[in-house]
Amino acid sequence: MASDYTDTLQRLCHHLKQFTGPDVEITPQTDLINQLAIDSVKLLNLIMEVEDEFDISVPLNALADVQTVHELANLIHQIKSAK
Amino acid sequence: MSLLDKLDAVAAARKALLPEGVDVFGIPIEEVYSSTEAKIGNRRILFLGTNNYLGLTFAPECLQAAHKAIDSEGTGTTGSRMANGSYHGHRALEREFADFYHCQSCIVFTTGYQANLATISGLAGSGDVVLIDGDSHASIYDGCRLSGAEIIRFRHNDMTDLEKRLRRLGERSRSTLIIIEGIYSMLGDRAPLADIVKLKNAYHSILLLDEAHSLGVLGETGQGLVEETGLMDGVDFITGTFSKSLGGIGGYCVSNHSQLDQLRYVSRPYIFTASPTPATIASTRAALKLLRDGTKLRQQLWKNVHQLYSRLHELGYQLGPEPSPVIATILDTPQQALTLWNGLLEHGIYVNLILPPAAPDGKSLVRCSVSAVHTSDQMGHVGQAFAELREVIFPIAS
Repeated sequence: MASDYTDTLQRLCHHLKQFTGPDVEITPQTDLINQLAIDSVKLLNLIMEVEDEFDISVPLNALADVQTVHELANLIHQIKSAK
Repeated sequence: MSLLDKLDAVAAARKALLPEGVDVFGIPIEEVYSSTEAKIGNRRILFLGTNNYLGLTFAPECLQAAHKAIDSEGTGTTGSRMANGSYHGHRALEREFADFYHCQSCIVFTTGYQANLATISGLAGSGDVVLIDGDSHASIYDGCRLSGAEIIRFRHNDMTDLEKRLRRLGERSRSTLIIIEGIYSMLGDRAPLADIVKLKNAYHSILLLDEAHSLGVLGETGQGLVEETGLMDGVDFITGTFSKSLGGIGGYCVSNHSQLDQLRYVSRPYIFTASPTPATIASTRAALKLLRDGTKLRQQLWKNVHQLYSRLHELGYQLGPEPSPVIATILDTPQQALTLWNGLLEHGIYVNLILPPAAPDGKSLVRCSVSAVHTSDQMGHVGQAFAELREVIFPIAS
């Protein structure tokens, strides 16, 4: 289970690099909006990429509680696990 | 950050982006001369950003009907239809809209925004899914949020993407409301309705089509995309607005599902908003007749559209993907868009400025809304202004 989460986190970070550029350090605690400058529109586009990467549906409503990379990875992991 | 600090941050962001002295997003209009001309500052300005597609805001039939309604029924209804009742005009307009679309039922709303809020939040709820085009209008997003349903976006007009998202939903696609627009307000392009109807049928979903920008513009009698494509049977609910082609304010939803009428008892935006004023209803009824019989207006509108779109295309501006009464010039930076917007105003032309994040893909837009009552000379003047401003926006490197 933990390795699934780790795999999800790694794949998510790989995607985030496409939005931020390769030189930006991304950790689980990184704040998506304040530290990575991913605004609301970029976040919506990121979610579409994430949905395709993991073949899941991520409701926009669920994003209200997502601030950090860890929280997004956790949400993806939960949705994948519930499939 | 306190409540008021957040608004200070908004003010600071506006100040950093927008020029001093001109309120781009609240331009003061001193006098309105006609459907296409007004006074802004001390100058006579051509309206090219007002969605007055058929130019009906000064139609004598509409003015007369509104005057008569004020005299006989007063200035307002002072409350919702649930609390204060439905006037003859409310009921008549609903019958006329249902007849216009050959549908069983219609509900009239006080604004177009409210029509989407009320319809979406009345149809979908917790446990359901709303699947919306990524370029949807804010009223669609807000209606979805209010509904409590799960909100999933698909890439704008991308049918492969829509199918992928329907497939992922599995059995839940049967409790999914797909929402699209006839003509999209940002780029002016149409939804690929035939393909969407096929997918909707294959996945047993419900389809809502917002004809806000296509009512009066598309189809033989102006019903919108649904008439142009002949796909009325494939669409479950149609919403739209009175504030564009009909020159008033308000909105509607029509359907052949008899359940539409139950929204009157479950939809909070409908229940708790004061009903449209008698004058608004009366002018809209008159405008709907003109719209229905407005073949010549539509011909003139499309002639103007093609004249301006082809001129801007010839000048090398990047435009929305197809000609429509919404002609969007796509600019890479907000500064380019501001310069063009200001330059057009100096040439006596008022258009809409749309900056990120409101515009798609991080771009900025200068959006023209063409009207049937613009003259060919006016379209020529606009083309000339764009030609002169091209060198300012895209300076040639020396």
